[in-house]
Amino acid sequence: MTQAVEQRDRTAAAREPAVWTRGLAKNYGEVQAVKGIDFEVAPGEIFGFLGPNGAGKTTTIAMLCTLASPTAGEARVAGHDVVTARNEVRRNIGLVFQDPTLDGYLTAEENLRFHADLYGVPRAIARERMQIVLEMVGLWERRESIVNTYSGGMRRRLEIARGLLHSPRVLFLDEPTIGLDPQTRSSIWTYIKELKAREEITIFLTTHYMDEAEYCDRIAIMDQGEIVVLDTPESLKASVGRDRVMIKTEDDDAAIAALHERFDIEAVIAEGQVTFSVGEGEQFVPRLFAELGVPITGVSVSRPSLDDVFMSYTGTTIRDAEGSVLDQQRAMHSMMGRR
Amino acid sequence: MASESAITSTGAPPQVARVRVPGAGLRSDLRAIRVVWQRELIRFSRDRARMVTALVQPILFLFVLGTGLSRLASAGTHGVDLRTFVYPGVLAMAVLFTAMFSAASIVWDREFGFLREMLVAPVGRGAIVIGKCLGGATVAGFQGVIMICIAGLVSVPYAPVMILEVLILQLLLAFALTAFGVMMAARMSQMQSFMALMQMVILPLFFLSGALFPVSGLPTWLNVLNRLDPITYAVDPIRRAVFAHLDITETARHALAPGVTWWGWHLPGIFEAALVAMIGFGLLSIAIARFSRTE
Repeated sequence: MTQAVEQRDRTAAAREPAVWTRGLAKNYGEVQAVKGIDFEVAPGEIFGFLGPNGAGKTTTIAMLCTLASPTAGEARVAGHDVVTARNEVRRNIGLVFQDPTLDGYLTAEENLRFHADLYGVPRAIARERMQIVLEMVGLWERRESIVNTYSGGMRRRLEIARGLLHSPRVLFLDEPTIGLDPQTRSSIWTYIKELKAREEITIFLTTHYMDEAEYCDRIAIMDQGEIVVLDTPESLKASVGRDRVMIKTEDDDAAIAALHERFDIEAVIAEGQVTFSVGEGEQFVPRLFAELGVPITGVSVSRPSLDDVFMSYTGTTIRDAEGSVLDQQRAMHSMMGRR
Repeated sequence: MASESAITSTGAPPQVARVRVPGAGLRSDLRAIRVVWQRELIRFSRDRARMVTALVQPILFLFVLGTGLSRLASAGTHGVDLRTFVYPGVLAMAVLFTAMFSAASIVWDREFGFLREMLVAPVGRGAIVIGKCLGGATVAGFQGVIMICIAGLVSVPYAPVMILEVLILQLLLAFALTAFGVMMAARMSQMQSFMALMQMVILPLFFLSGALFPVSGLPTWLNVLNRLDPITYAVDPIRRAVFAHLDITETARHALAPGVTWWGWHLPGIFEAALVAMIGFGLLSIAIARFSRTE
C-alpha cells in the first residue's frame, strides 16, 4: 500500500466517530440491561457515561469492548464493528475496568510485558513504550516491585499505564477512580487530562461521581438502560437553571404538603431531606421560614450542579438511585465475571 | 493495510512512540501462547509453598504410606518392595495434583480479574487456553522430574531409556489433566466449587486407575471401571516402563505389572500413550470452544 493511500486511510479514520451505536441493546434473560441506545463519540473527546450503578453503563462498555454480544442493534468502535470485527476492535482499544485485572504475583514490568506480548507490540518499541507509560503514571522507579506490594491508587495507575501500552485509539475507563481516596482520585484525573494532551486518543469513561463528570467534554446520563440526555456539562447545567433547596424539618410530610399548598412547589425526599428547586433560592429562603408553618431545623441552597441535572432528568439523586439497583448490579457483576 | 507492524509518527510530542499493533496471525498467537506459558512458570517459581508441597507430598506418600503398607503386603508382592511397586502410581499422583492445581489457577485468574485481561486481548482464545495447558504441563513435568530424582531411594535404577519414557508419559498425562481441569474451569467462577468438583472427580479417577494395585484379576465391576478410567492408560505404561528395568523375577513382573487388556488383547504402551494424547487433545478442543463463547 502506498503512503498516500495509507495517509488517506488514516485521515478517514480520524474523521469517523471513535464510538458509534444504533439501537444497541442487551438483555440478560428477562432483564433489559440496555434498551436500544444511539450515540456517537468524536475522536479526541473525553466522553462521560454517568449514572447510578446498574444503569447499564458497564453492560454498554462490555458490548463496546466485545466482551458481551449485543442482543440487538449495532456498534462500531474505531470504525470497526464490535461483532464482526472483534479483533480489530480489541487491537484499537485500551481497557481499565473497575475491578483490578493485574497479576499481583508479577512485577509491574512483567505485567506490562505480558500485555505487550498479548497485544503483539513489537519488542523494540515495547521497551520504550513501557518506560513512557510508567513514567507518565509515576511508577517507573517501582517497576520491579511485585504488584501485591502496591497501594490501591498505584494499581489503578498501573492499569491505566497498561491500557495505554499498545497506543489504543479509544481508552475505556470503567469507574477509574472508584474506591480511591480524594487525593488519588485527583491525581488520576491529572493523568487523564495529560493523556488527552499527549496522545491522540479518545477517552470513554463511566463514573457515578458528579464532580468528575465536569471534566468531560460531553456526558450522557444513563438511567435504567436508556440515555436520558446527552450534552456538554455546561449546557446540561444551563438547562436546569434553577437552584436546589434542601431543608431539614421536624415533619417532612407536613412540609411537603405545605410547600404544595402555599408555594405550589413539588418537593421530594432525597438523601433524607425535603428537596425542591426554585428560581431564586436565596431570596426564597426568608419567605420559607416565615410562611411554611412547619419548623425547619436546617437549610441549604445550591447552584445547579450535575447532581441537579441528574435529578431533573431522572427524578432522583444519584445516590438514592444506587440503593435500589444495588442487587441488580451485583447480579450483573457476577455475570460479567464469568466471561 | 499491511499486517506487519510499523511505527508511525503523529502530531503528538516526539517522545510518544505510537504503536501499530499488527494483525492477528499465527505469529501473534504463538507469542501469546509463549507469554501465557511463561507466566505460569514465573508464578510457580515465586510460590515457595507450592514448591515445597511439590517436593514433600510425593515423598510423604511414597515413604510413609509405602513403608506402612509394606508391613501388611509383603506376601503378595513377590519379594518386591511395596514402595517400588507404588512408585509409578505415586509419580502419576504427583503429576495429577500438580496439574489440577495449575488448572485451578485459571479460576483464581477469574476471581482476581486477570482472566479478563487475557480474554480481551486481540488473540484467539485458543492461544490462551493452549498456553495455560502447556504451562500446567510444564510445571507438572517439573514435579515428575523430582520424582525421577528420588527413584534411586526405592531401588528403581536410573536407566536413560526409562527416564525418557517416563518423562514423555508424565508430560502427556500432565497435559491431558490440565486440559481437563481448564475445561472444567471454563464455567466456574468460584474456587470452592472448582475444588469440590475436582475432589469428586479426581480422587475416584486416581483410585480406579490402578496406581496403587495391579490391574489383572480384578473383580468384574472394578475391572470395567478401571478400563473406563483414562488415567489407567497413563499409569500402566509408566509402570511397565519402570518394571522393565527392575531386577526382579519374570513371575513378579507378570503379577505386578500385567499390562491393561481389552478383551484379552494386551494394549501396547505406545497405543496407550496415543490414547492419552488423543483424550488430551479432545479435552483441549472442548476447553477452547468453551472459552471462545461470548455472552
